[in-house]
Amino acid sequence: MFGLKTDWSLDVLPRYFSLEDYQGGMARWCPGCGDHGVLTAVQRICRDAQLLPEQTVCVSGIGCSSRFPHYMKTYGFHGLHGRALPVACGVKSRRPDLHIWVATGDGDCCSIGAGHWVHAIRYNMNMVVMLFDNNVYGLTKNQTSPTSQPGLKTNTHPRGAFLPPLNPSLTTLSIANVSFVAQTVDWNPPHVYATLKLAFEHPGLSFVRIFQRCPVFTPLVFEDAQSDPSLVMLLEDENGVTADAAGIKMYKNRVAHDPSDIDKAREIVSREDVLPIGLFFADPNRPRYEMMSSVGADTTIEEKLETFDKELDRFAI
Amino acid sequence: MENGQVTNGHDVEGSSEPKTIHNAIVEIVSDSGEGAQKAGQSFATIGAKSGNGVWTVEIIPAEIKPPARSRAGASGIRIRLGSEQITNMGDTADIVVAFNEQVLYGRIINDALREGTVVLLENKWASDPDEQIRDMYTTAVKDFRARGLIVHELAMHEACLEYTPKPQLGKNMFVLGMLCWIYQLNPDLALREIAAVFAKKSAAVIESNQKLFHGGVKFARENLTYCYTIPTMKTEQDLIVTNGNQAVGLGVMASGMEMVSMYPITPATSATHYLAGVYQKVGGFIHQAEDEIAAIGFAIGASYAGKTACTITSGPGLALKTEFIGLAVMSEVPLVIVDVQRGGPATGLPTKVEQGDLFAALYASPGDAPKVVMAAATIEECFHMIITARKLAEMFRTPVIVLTDANLATGQTAYPRPKATEEWMAPPIDQSPWPEGLAPYEWDKKTGLSRRPIPGQRGGEYVLTGLAHTKLSHVAYDPTVNQMSTEMRSRKIASLAQTLRPPTIHGDDEGDLLLVGWGSTIGSIEEAVDRARADGYKVSSLHLRFIAPMEPGLKKMFERFKRVMTIELNYSDPQGGFSGDPETARRAQLAQHLRAQTLHDVGYWSITPGQPLQPNQICQVIAKTLEEMGLAQRGAEVAHA
Ligand SMILES: Cc1ncc(C[n+]2csc(CCOP(=O)(O)OP(=O)(O)O)c2C)c(N)n1
Repeated sequence: MFGLKTDWSLDVLPRYFSLEDYQGGMARWCPGCGDHGVLTAVQRICRDAQLLPEQTVCVSGIGCSSRFPHYMKTYGFHGLHGRALPVACGVKSRRPDLHIWVATGDGDCCSIGAGHWVHAIRYNMNMVVMLFDNNVYGLTKNQTSPTSQPGLKTNTHPRGAFLPPLNPSLTTLSIANVSFVAQTVDWNPPHVYATLKLAFEHPGLSFVRIFQRCPVFTPLVFEDAQSDPSLVMLLEDENGVTADAAGIKMYKNRVAHDPSDIDKAREIVSREDVLPIGLFFADPNRPRYEMMSSVGADTTIEEKLETFDKELDRFAI
Repeated sequence: MENGQVTNGHDVEGSSEPKTIHNAIVEIVSDSGEGAQKAGQSFATIGAKSGNGVWTVEIIPAEIKPPARSRAGASGIRIRLGSEQITNMGDTADIVVAFNEQVLYGRIINDALREGTVVLLENKWASDPDEQIRDMYTTAVKDFRARGLIVHELAMHEACLEYTPKPQLGKNMFVLGMLCWIYQLNPDLALREIAAVFAKKSAAVIESNQKLFHGGVKFARENLTYCYTIPTMKTEQDLIVTNGNQAVGLGVMASGMEMVSMYPITPATSATHYLAGVYQKVGGFIHQAEDEIAAIGFAIGASYAGKTACTITSGPGLALKTEFIGLAVMSEVPLVIVDVQRGGPATGLPTKVEQGDLFAALYASPGDAPKVVMAAATIEECFHMIITARKLAEMFRTPVIVLTDANLATGQTAYPRPKATEEWMAPPIDQSPWPEGLAPYEWDKKTGLSRRPIPGQRGGEYVLTGLAHTKLSHVAYDPTVNQMSTEMRSRKIASLAQTLRPPTIHGDDEGDLLLVGWGSTIGSIEEAVDRARADGYKVSSLHLRFIAPMEPGLKKMFERFKRVMTIELNYSDPQGGFSGDPETARRAQLAQHLRAQTLHDVGYWSITPGQPLQPNQICQVIAKTLEEMGLAQRGAEVAHA
């Protein structure tokens, strides 16, 4: 019933939620899976923002990462492979009061769900979209994903993936009405937390690509960047991701990047020699589809009946 | 007319005194964009306002601007007026107004005309500067006469020049004037109708169209030697005239659903075109999604969040929605899916009617996916079924598919003005705290029903999943849980079945032959049955509204007839199969389903012309069948009834 605020003052709330109030049972991802850390970060953000669990909905597609809603103690929707975004947008459309988190994999979002991804960015409805990018299909056991690096040996391409990978953040930054794009890495929990928190606070669709290791099929895909922090490029700005010291002190390669500069954002996100993390782009003033789709959601039955009857006059004979 | 002794389409002596008739079938055919449909719809509305029964069928080419003067490009409308309620398009046309001779061929190919049909044909092509066109015209007119059509070549275009420099744009209202004179409809009603049709245009436009109308009346009076009156019905009831898609749109509003999520597809889209103009006034929103998968996903999202939504589509779209329909079944999300059937498979016949989606509606989702499937038989039912569908979807926590078709979608008729009540409307979202200890799928073992938590309800937090799950919505792969939850989803549908009444039989409830139909064919089937019964045959018919669950008591009803057969607008192999082995024959869809459900020997007759059935076609089927059964010496007479 009460909680301590960070300044040690007592905050008496009618309801207070602790971390456990957002924890929906033991996560059944493999030990060492990057998804665990992201889950913890989201639960912390919910706790810090004291989100009402009943006002919070986690929506996902199908894949290992899409199990996410099951491990939250909020409302959840674990739907179809590739289709998290239409469902999430539908939930939001008439219920702008709900907080929405979307969990989607690189196959889920960038392959089977690619069409919805493009359009959801354009709809720009207020929600956080977490792309769990492990460069591979995990749940179906090691098939090539659209973000697999050439040469990655998978069950569908045993001699190595052939095509150049898709860059989801660059793609997103090229879609009309994009309003927020950030990247983070699962092995840096403070940075994950800070990035998702910023995403949560952004009004509009926040797209966060999370580089995430699959301990079984792609344990080493990010090894270079993990073992040599100089290969990670940290984006800094007063409006950008501001992780605490533990999250950034190892990164010497820092660049100032103004997140209102979309051209620069595209340039940086395209770099292949380093792995850039932080906020690439944010514009809080882009049109959000729910502003249109939720109009009239408070119409009463009496009003509906009256209007309906008037409408019949048009057809009356 | 040229020789003063033409027949006039209605088999009564020509005379300038109006003759009384009870039924008239009129067509207007033109190139696309010449306004034939607008004229025909106005004619029908004026007829309905005068108190006649009306039914219209649109003749729509698949292309927006098909080549001019082409058979496939025939665009237009059929209007049937009567002294009683009209329920179908009838047989062949009595009078056709044709803007050129080639589009008339489009109607001949479709068996829409007969020997004795009067054709009021634009004659300007006879003096066209292009010799080829002149030749085509004269050859065609000769051919029409050889076919027994009564062709009146009329200078309509030229007459219009008196009222407008651009007759191709105004001729339709001129034709409306002609038809209103021929059928002696009240010109004041017509003038008001014209003002309403062009209400969004300037006063000058209205006035010029009204002048054209008067011109048409005068032209007909001076040039035609016949006119008719059709007695009107006395009714105290308030009526409305809509087409089936408008009825669907009105049904959506009267059901209280606030969201229609769709992707454009003919012939479904016009329902949303209609809604788009008014939906916001009742707080509703149309989402045009990026594809049909997203459309249903979006609708399911809205439904999950407490606002039961509707998605409207046609065959190809239904195909794309199957996986999501399965999810809605599995996770018990209420949802209304309207399938305005067109010809299939694939892109098929986009603008034409077929009843080919029954199996897709029943069985398309893989796995065991029981759901409610209803079929609207009339335009009025297109309205009421949407309201019922929303209620059933919520009460039984299930997707409900409502099947209509291109014939209902674009046909217009009059029906009693509905009086919407609060009970029709979706209640406001329940945001009260969720009862402690109640599971999100607390299945009642007897009914399979359970109460559904809605986001915002404190204590109701659960994770909906398409995976097999326990009553707590926890993923579970164990065999007993899966057996039980699958059973609960089926039990729900059985619970609904228990509330259904057996269908009523049209005609006696025993006899020689029972015709069984579903969807928009009801009017033609019943009219055929009435004619056959008037000739003394023991024929009845029965029409199904609920296909899943099945309406009860069918087998007992079937057993009281010597033979039972379905009449459908879908494909079936020749009776007996191609190989001579009836077991290999592919049957009409409802027949196949009824055979499986009832173990009764249900026969079938079905065709795929892309057009509504004419009662006469069904009369012939009745005659032939009774003949086969050795029961119809007078079969031939029935065929010509
Ligand atoms: C329509 C459909 N096609 C295929 C599948 C099988 N499937 C399930 S998850 C998945 C890919 C998972 O990869 P990703 O989205 O990258 O998520 P991850 O498991 O790696 O987190 C596939 C192909 C499915 N469930 N549904």
